[in-house]
Amino acid sequence: MEALLALFIGVMAGAGVFLLLRARTFDVVLGMTLLSYAVNVFIFVTGRVAINKPAIIDGVRAASLTQYADPLPQALVLTAIVISFAMTALLLVIALRARAEAASDHVDGEEPAAVDAAEKTS
Amino acid sequence: MSGSHWIITPIVLPLLAGAMALLLERRSPRGAAAVSIVATLALLGIATRLVAVAADGEVAAYLLGNWRAPFGIALALDRLSALMLLLTALVAVASVMYACGGTGPRGRHDERGPHFHALFQFQLMGLNGAFLTADLFNLFVFFEVLLIASYGLLLHGAGLVRLRASIHYVVFNLTGSALFLIAVSTLYGLTGTLSMADLAQRIPSIPAESAGLLQAAALLLIVVFGVKAAIFPLYFWLTDTYGAATAPVAALFVIMTKVGVYCIARVTTLMFGADAGPASLVVQPWLSWLALATLALAAFGALAAWHLRRLVAYLVLASAGMLLLGVGLGTAGTIAASLFYLVHSTVVAAALFLLVNSMVASRGEAGDAMVPAPLASAGGYGTLYFLLAVAVAGLPPFGGFIGKSMLLAASRSEPLAVGVWAAVLLSSLGIVVALARAGSTVFWKAAPANAMQTAAAQASAPERGALALLVGAACAAVVAAGPIASYTEATAQQLLERKGYIAGVLGAETAPPAWNPRADMEKVK
Repeated sequence: MEALLALFIGVMAGAGVFLLLRARTFDVVLGMTLLSYAVNVFIFVTGRVAINKPAIIDGVRAASLTQYADPLPQALVLTAIVISFAMTALLLVIALRARAEAASDHVDGEEPAAVDAAEKTS
Repeated sequence: MSGSHWIITPIVLPLLAGAMALLLERRSPRGAAAVSIVATLALLGIATRLVAVAADGEVAAYLLGNWRAPFGIALALDRLSALMLLLTALVAVASVMYACGGTGPRGRHDERGPHFHALFQFQLMGLNGAFLTADLFNLFVFFEVLLIASYGLLLHGAGLVRLRASIHYVVFNLTGSALFLIAVSTLYGLTGTLSMADLAQRIPSIPAESAGLLQAAALLLIVVFGVKAAIFPLYFWLTDTYGAATAPVAALFVIMTKVGVYCIARVTTLMFGADAGPASLVVQPWLSWLALATLALAAFGALAAWHLRRLVAYLVLASAGMLLLGVGLGTAGTIAASLFYLVHSTVVAAALFLLVNSMVASRGEAGDAMVPAPLASAGGYGTLYFLLAVAVAGLPPFGGFIGKSMLLAASRSEPLAVGVWAAVLLSSLGIVVALARAGSTVFWKAAPANAMQTAAAQASAPERGALALLVGAACAAVVAAGPIASYTEATAQQLLERKGYIAGVLGAETAPPAWNPRADMEKVK
């Protein structure tokens, strides 16, 4: 299961970075989202992967870490999810505003016309 | 000081003031501005008091929710935190004063967009929190607070240039935050703690087979702080962002690069210092080389800059390079020199951003471009520009000179000494040339302004006040150079000693309950 999770995190992060490096704001927003998913799962698994271990002491089992999952990464990941969600929303607003003002969804706010022309002539 | 609530006021006060400004701004924008000014002035008073408290060398901890560290989140006040708080408050006072000024067709700076004062206060909350927190994840949260406020402030006044700059800035910083989380959770996975004092205790005993993971986490953390501090090669966002922001915002942003420097100084001394087991001195060698590269490129950038705001942005970058150089060399002498330089360079760079903005008001279309254009009250602005240029380039008699010579003297016996001397002196020369060229174009080739242009450039009283405050502070830093230098030397000692910080945070006693309902119940029985 660890290998599967690690593979999942790696693929998500890789896809996120790939999209981040693209020139359109929509791709960048998607890339940011994928990257934050990868990070959130990563935080979650730093508490070690375990099945059938609750994070809250239920009074039935002995109160030790062999019986229970580490609750702290679960709390951290909640914070991280909330923050990354808010940040994505903010990024989306800025991207939409830039798209409206510049009439282009290029991250530089203008179509790279000069570059295209140079490529055509060369 | 233990048991006192003063330590948390620099976080709570801006939060309350920001909330009040949000409520007030619809009904009375001037009321919101007044709240913001009063709160920032109060912050300056509190920060001064905290410096006085921290100066005796005790590390005071504040246990949030009365949970013992490392189980709860602690705030810690040592000399370095107190110094940063005071510097932030000083720049903030000047910046908020300047924002309430502004004449001409565009009106006051703070009324060119919504929510200025609320965002300003939230930014202060994030900055102060980052300087005070003793918990790595809490540091991440305060980073996000200061960043989300800075996104709003950067967009203040709108315009396509600002939007374009802010997309780059936001995406870059969000990616930085993702890396921050990876680094923090790796450290948690290895040590099982997030309290910086506890991390400092546990990192030396990490088994050798996890050394790679630990070093990776340490270096990732430095990458993240390097994004904030604008170290080579992570500085490209800085010039666009600072060049695009409105003047009071740019002045406040000067302190933001210092957050990165602060964090690097904190973690490299506390957690990854000389006796940190597998992670000992993993960061410092990289840091010195990168700082040298930053200094060199900042000087080239300043020489190539064709706009005054960009020029000042490159000067901020050069000061970041100087500061990181001192931290990277990592001896008590170099860290003390860096901190001394930090006080001076922050104040002067903020003053330059404000000055450039006031100065270019009469230049019409030319704006801050380095082309001959009409200039009103060239004499006054010229004198101020000359003073600040001398100060920022590190020429005597200002603090920059003292800071740079302290660093040169302290690095004499380092193996990197030749590189340090060459980079510091040559970059200073480059900056002097860049400033002289800018000044001669703007002031000596300027045509006299006509009556309309002069009227447009009339600086209002708050703007003059803000400039006077910062220039006065820069001069005061020279007069009080002795006490400041001994304070920064004591700060460097305290940083390198570590024991005081660890004992101060982990040994902090919980406060006895002011009201214990259970005991009262038993009494009734």
